[in-house]
Amino acid sequence: MIAHAIVFYIFSLIAIVSAIMVTVSKNTVNSVFFLILDFISISCLFIMIGAEFLGMIMLIVYVGAVAVLFLFVVMMLNVAQQKNEWFNSSGRSSHIPVGLLVSIIIFFELIIVIGGWKYKPDLLDSIAIEIDTDLTNTQSLGTVIYTDYIHLFQLSGMVLLVAMIGAIVLTFRQRSGVKRQSYFKQISRDRKDGIELVDVENNKGVKIDA
Amino acid sequence: MLSIGLGHYLTLAAIIFTIGIVGIFLNRKNIIVILMSIELILLAVNINLVSFSIFINDLSGQVFTLFILTVAAAEAAIGLAIIVVYYRNSGTIRVEEIDRLKG
Repeated sequence: MIAHAIVFYIFSLIAIVSAIMVTVSKNTVNSVFFLILDFISISCLFIMIGAEFLGMIMLIVYVGAVAVLFLFVVMMLNVAQQKNEWFNSSGRSSHIPVGLLVSIIIFFELIIVIGGWKYKPDLLDSIAIEIDTDLTNTQSLGTVIYTDYIHLFQLSGMVLLVAMIGAIVLTFRQRSGVKRQSYFKQISRDRKDGIELVDVENNKGVKIDA
Repeated sequence: MLSIGLGHYLTLAAIIFTIGIVGIFLNRKNIIVILMSIELILLAVNINLVSFSIFINDLSGQVFTLFILTVAAAEAAIGLAIIVVYYRNSGTIRVEEIDRLKG
């Protein structure tokens, strides 16, 4: 129990500190690094409380794909040198106290809700899919996703497909001045465009491109 | 204090959620950091769903976390593509200078 508590506090401390560093970091590349650290510590927490599959998926999807995508875009757009200063007052910074006030109010509302909240009495009757302790986490998720939630699963595949097509269509552009292969020209040329028969006289040779 | 319950995880999720909100409100320089704050908010939602799922002993929370993960990945891809296109067209992604819709 004590080990659980120690590990929880260590990982949640790392997660909170790195989440703060994501927002206040001066350099955007450092923000992405702290985002990666945040995802890793949260996925360690997931693995610790028994959601191993989701922890591993978080590592693969967030750290392996999303954070690397962020890093790629940050380095491609060359905004790493663009400092991220949000406390320098450039005249229009009246939003900072209001933003801080609203955020603190949101946080205390959340804390009040968490502190004064109870399970409803008939909760145990309303459980949809009970966790089977004989199966592994991955196996039980698999038995649920491919049966009860199959439509949602396929719809999420469609969401990914639409996102992929959208990203390609948005960022695609035709450059000018780039030599491209023209399939139509290639397959529509015939023999008399490409080959010329020349009678070569003795000791004269042939003038090409005459 | 030493026995970790549901409240600890919910408090952690609330803290991360609030940090994400602060990042959206107060960041006026770089729009990529705003996208990262949105990812933090989605992460807080995921923590809530997974911890409820574990402590109530109901698997459906983890299933929904999987779908939120999908939507978050799609959102990051589309958002970054929009940012790339905007940078290509206008040469800046500073939040203060993106004011074309200002009346």
